[in-house]
Amino acid sequence: DPDTKTEVVLLACGSFNPITNMHLRLFELAKDYFHETGKYKVVKGIISPVGDAYKKKGLISANHRVTMAKLATKNSDWVEVDDWESCQSEWLETLKVLRYHQQKLLSADVTNSLQDAVPITKLGRKRKQEPNRHEPIKKKSQSPVVKSVPQVKLLCGSDMLESFGVPNLWKLEDITEIVEKHGLVCISRAGSNVQKFIYESDILWRHKNNIHLVEEWITNDISSTKIRRALRRGQSVRYLVPDVVRAYIERQGLYSAASEDTNAGLLLAPLQKHASDPRSSQA
Amino acid sequence: VRMRSRIPVILLACGSFNPITNMHMRLFELARDHLHQTGQYQVIEGIMSPVGDSYGKQGLVSARHRVAMARLALETSDWIRVDPWESQQDTWTETVKVLRHHYNEALRTFQSKEFTRNKLPMESSTVDSLSCQQPVLPELKLLCGADFLQTFKTPNLWKEEDIKEIVEKFGLVCISRAGSDPSQLIQDSELLSKFQHNIFLVREWIQNEISSTQIRSALCRGLSVKYLIPDSVIAYIAQHNIYTAESERTNQGQLLQPLRLQSTDLNPLRD
Repeated sequence: DPDTKTEVVLLACGSFNPITNMHLRLFELAKDYFHETGKYKVVKGIISPVGDAYKKKGLISANHRVTMAKLATKNSDWVEVDDWESCQSEWLETLKVLRYHQQKLLSADVTNSLQDAVPITKLGRKRKQEPNRHEPIKKKSQSPVVKSVPQVKLLCGSDMLESFGVPNLWKLEDITEIVEKHGLVCISRAGSNVQKFIYESDILWRHKNNIHLVEEWITNDISSTKIRRALRRGQSVRYLVPDVVRAYIERQGLYSAASEDTNAGLLLAPLQKHASDPRSSQA
Repeated sequence: VRMRSRIPVILLACGSFNPITNMHMRLFELARDHLHQTGQYQVIEGIMSPVGDSYGKQGLVSARHRVAMARLALETSDWIRVDPWESQQDTWTETVKVLRHHYNEALRTFQSKEFTRNKLPMESSTVDSLSCQQPVLPELKLLCGADFLQTFKTPNLWKEEDIKEIVEKFGLVCISRAGSDPSQLIQDSELLSKFQHNIFLVREWIQNEISSTQIRSALCRGLSVKYLIPDSVIAYIAQHNIYTAESERTNQGQLLQPLRLQSTDLNPLRD
């Protein structure tokens, strides 16, 4: 019964430097997983490339990264790219991005609800809402329960989950809110340590019902780092990244020894931000 | 100073390609990069040769489809192509015979090019860089995974003379995973170590083990295989409803053709 399924939006945050077939696979795997539970319905996938202020070594301009992600998802009917995060002048915590997208969905829903609402009998007002009147009434009779807003869940690989343990990278309260209020969908390779990692963390253990572990049986370890390395060495990356992305990289001459030196010696933004923050601690 | 010309190489991959995956195509890219980086070779062509239906492997769908899918997948490649010759043979064909066939074809092409070149007067403006140099006979090499090399060890599986012909006359380009190293295997075999100069070991550091078996399994379960095989192949499979529980039962209980023959020419690469 489609009406009782919880709608889910998958949000993937990361460098996408560049986007690879593996990134795209994460979405497919997560969608299949949720579909198989019979309880969820994935309605949208969002790729949110990190902003340049992240200061990761080798991170090329957000413009390129966003463009490549858009090229890669051009023929997807449910995964899209959102550049809000990448447009921010300062680095943003992942939680803030989650909150932003959840809020966006809530606002969209409120707007829709307003349109659905029975028009107030006020002069002038009534006429404006008249044309909409019949549609919403029809909808309401079919689903008497107001459909809940889709839940935004963070989609990631086991490396991100395990990065919760890196000192000063994450704020404990952020991790808590992510798993408590939103949820995590973690794709991992068969035989990875993810379950052990969750077991060893009180916070994660407490909210393990909201941490969905999906095992990827088809080994597909196409990391962006390796892609960049191959490109520097003049090696082919065909069939590892979408062809349009490969062509774009070639045309634009992205990824060289020089680009890999970007931000060399600089501290990663979250580390910079939390280094002096006494509240920061491991999960 | 005359530039020493590179040896032209054609790569041939035999297999079931049931269906073709991004990994299959990666093998070619890896092999080409590797050979180019030696400075001695110029890979001029890649040939994918799907096995014939008479191979009798379980779950093997019609060659017509497998060739069509490979064709779709390779549409965007400017150097790799599918060759249906092997799949069109009435009976199953040993790998060494497939190699011989394609080598003869390449030789024919080479000879007709040479003939044309010698016949026409050379105009400096139209002469390409290769023909400035001594024309070099192309070499045909078998592209395979490390598991293929392993099978040489199995007793009675291969005819010694066939292995010898493959490694001596043609050559192997063997792609192995990040974790494994087949050089030990080569050292352990007198025959292989004798011709190790003709066995190129390429390490794939970017793990991308997309097996066709897993793909078929995913498809049967209604799971997504997007980004593992080309979109055009996914569409083709859906359109023709190729992989089903029923198709997986094809040849069930049957012995593989090469095992049926008392011949020991088995190619378990056919994944």
